[in-house]
Amino acid sequence: MTTEAKLMKGNEALAEAAIQAGCDAYFGYPITPQSEVLEYLAREMPKHKRIVMQAESEIASINMVYGAAGAGFRSMTSSSSPGISLMQEGISYLAGAELPCLIVNVNRAGPGLGTIQPGQGDYFQSVKGGGHGDYKMIVLAPASVQEMADFVYLGFDLADKYRNPVLILSDGAIGQMMEKVVFHPYTNPNVDKSSWATTGKPKTRERNYITSLFIQPERMEVHNLKLEAKYKLIRENEVRFEEINTADAEYLFVAYGLSARICQKAMDIAREKGIKVGLLRPICVYPYPYKRLEELAAQSKFMLSVELNSGQMVEDVQLAVKGKVPVEFYGKLGGLLPTPEEIVLQLETLIQKHHAN
Amino acid sequence: MQTEDHLLPETLTLVQAPECHEEEYELVYHKPATMVDVHMHYCPGCAHSLVHKLLMEVVEEMDIQEQTIGIAPVGCSVFAYDYMNIDMQEAAHGRAAAVATAVKRLMPEKYVFTYQGDGDLAAIGIAETLHAINRGENILIVFMNNAVYGMTSGQMAPTTLAGMKTTTSPDGRDTGFYGAPIKVAELMAMLPGAFYVTRQTVNNAAAVRKTKKALEKAFNYQKLKRGTCLVEIIGNCPSNWKMTPMEASKFIDEEMVKTFPAGDIKLPKADELKIKPEEP
Repeated sequence: MTTEAKLMKGNEALAEAAIQAGCDAYFGYPITPQSEVLEYLAREMPKHKRIVMQAESEIASINMVYGAAGAGFRSMTSSSSPGISLMQEGISYLAGAELPCLIVNVNRAGPGLGTIQPGQGDYFQSVKGGGHGDYKMIVLAPASVQEMADFVYLGFDLADKYRNPVLILSDGAIGQMMEKVVFHPYTNPNVDKSSWATTGKPKTRERNYITSLFIQPERMEVHNLKLEAKYKLIRENEVRFEEINTADAEYLFVAYGLSARICQKAMDIAREKGIKVGLLRPICVYPYPYKRLEELAAQSKFMLSVELNSGQMVEDVQLAVKGKVPVEFYGKLGGLLPTPEEIVLQLETLIQKHHAN
Repeated sequence: MQTEDHLLPETLTLVQAPECHEEEYELVYHKPATMVDVHMHYCPGCAHSLVHKLLMEVVEEMDIQEQTIGIAPVGCSVFAYDYMNIDMQEAAHGRAAAVATAVKRLMPEKYVFTYQGDGDLAAIGIAETLHAINRGENILIVFMNNAVYGMTSGQMAPTTLAGMKTTTSPDGRDTGFYGAPIKVAELMAMLPGAFYVTRQTVNNAAAVRKTKKALEKAFNYQKLKRGTCLVEIIGNCPSNWKMTPMEASKFIDEEMVKTFPAGDIKLPKADELKIKPEEP
């Protein structure tokens, strides 16, 4: 495997990483702004004797992923917001049946058909459930083309480790933009799935079956508790975030994905003006870095959550800081992106407001 | 999940079979070892248990237990995996054909079948079914058609007969309002990907034998890699038809087959009965 830098679109880097990660099967349906994933894999997967299929719908895609994952294969799908909505039932089944797989949402702005421009309006859907019933997914939020690739490896590994679906929550800008990317050497841990995968029942073992059905409430509760214990383990072990300039920060940007990229630039501009602002970027938006944010509340005059929606992650920031500091929100809607200057202006306005108080 | 999960409540005692000294008898029949030895949740007289057994007899006789993966639906046969002693996956409502597609594509040498009712396949899952067959997936679709939603207790299905009373068509199915019952086998046989399409009944001994033959054929055809086999089986639903099993059998002969005539609908051509050569 070459480790030299390549210039690639986020969607294509993600697709190439899927091949490098030993993805056995990809099922997808065209939707802007992520169709490049399907196109890239339609071209490249057959060369590696892997399965790639354009399904008749996102519903079929996610259920094909279910079949492939249930048979013990590394499988994935990708889509964008409306398509991910269609997949929610299937995702709930995957979580209920504890099937490892990778799902990618290249988030566009909504609701409804919305627009094909980037958005972060699927935050709640991604981290709070989305489908029916009590379940959680690990949700990775890439902020660069490099992370589009890296999180595919990480996502597959975490999926296998916890026998749980993993979601990459990207957006239309990260998916479409070109940046340099390096495909790091990767070794598939090849987790043994023989104890549950449906590969055909030999005489030597009991039959394996994949199901999320537990008709007796007592059994259902046991299963729910087992899942919850797993999610607890995930919350304890898989919190991931990046901090920049927090050591002396009096104000804190909280932003993920593309918004974090813009905030980083805004932070540089503000720092040049002498404003001590830092950035906390959740890398996993589930599990969420509640603890670290609570710690940072001790030194922050306020926190500003910047999102491409009307205010979703801000609720998690509020949960984290437990009212210890004010939590502000700035959002852009409709597929528009804020400029760094716009965010700095917002920051300055808020500083004045809180100073006046 | 344990198979006892949905079994009879403890208050119901099962009749003990009289003691049998095997050596005194000639064994003329045994339950296939590919069936799990548990009591079923199906209503008395229901065709599901019979068709489960036929399927598993074929798997046993072909000695393909280790190569067979079944996909269960949502509906009365949602617990099929509790009875069939093979690896199985329980699919979301209507999505069995999509699940089976992936399983078969990843393990092309295995035998893969779906087992679906008429609500599952012909209503919510018709898109997945049609596209799987159109792609010519090398799977067997066992389609149990009893003209009602059984598990949810007798609502109208896409296959409900014209004028047939159900809980959601209390005055009888009005075809002017809901359209005519969908003839799944005829519809799907039109697709080039369909290799073998037949409709059978299981309401008498001769019909049972014919259905088993059809299932046997369909399993064997999977080896040829030539497309989808669809075996539609006219089932019954004594509970929701509000009939005794005998009345239900009569209803099949007198009413169901008028709309859903039994027989082969699409047969392979003679020159197709060999393994399809791999494309270069």
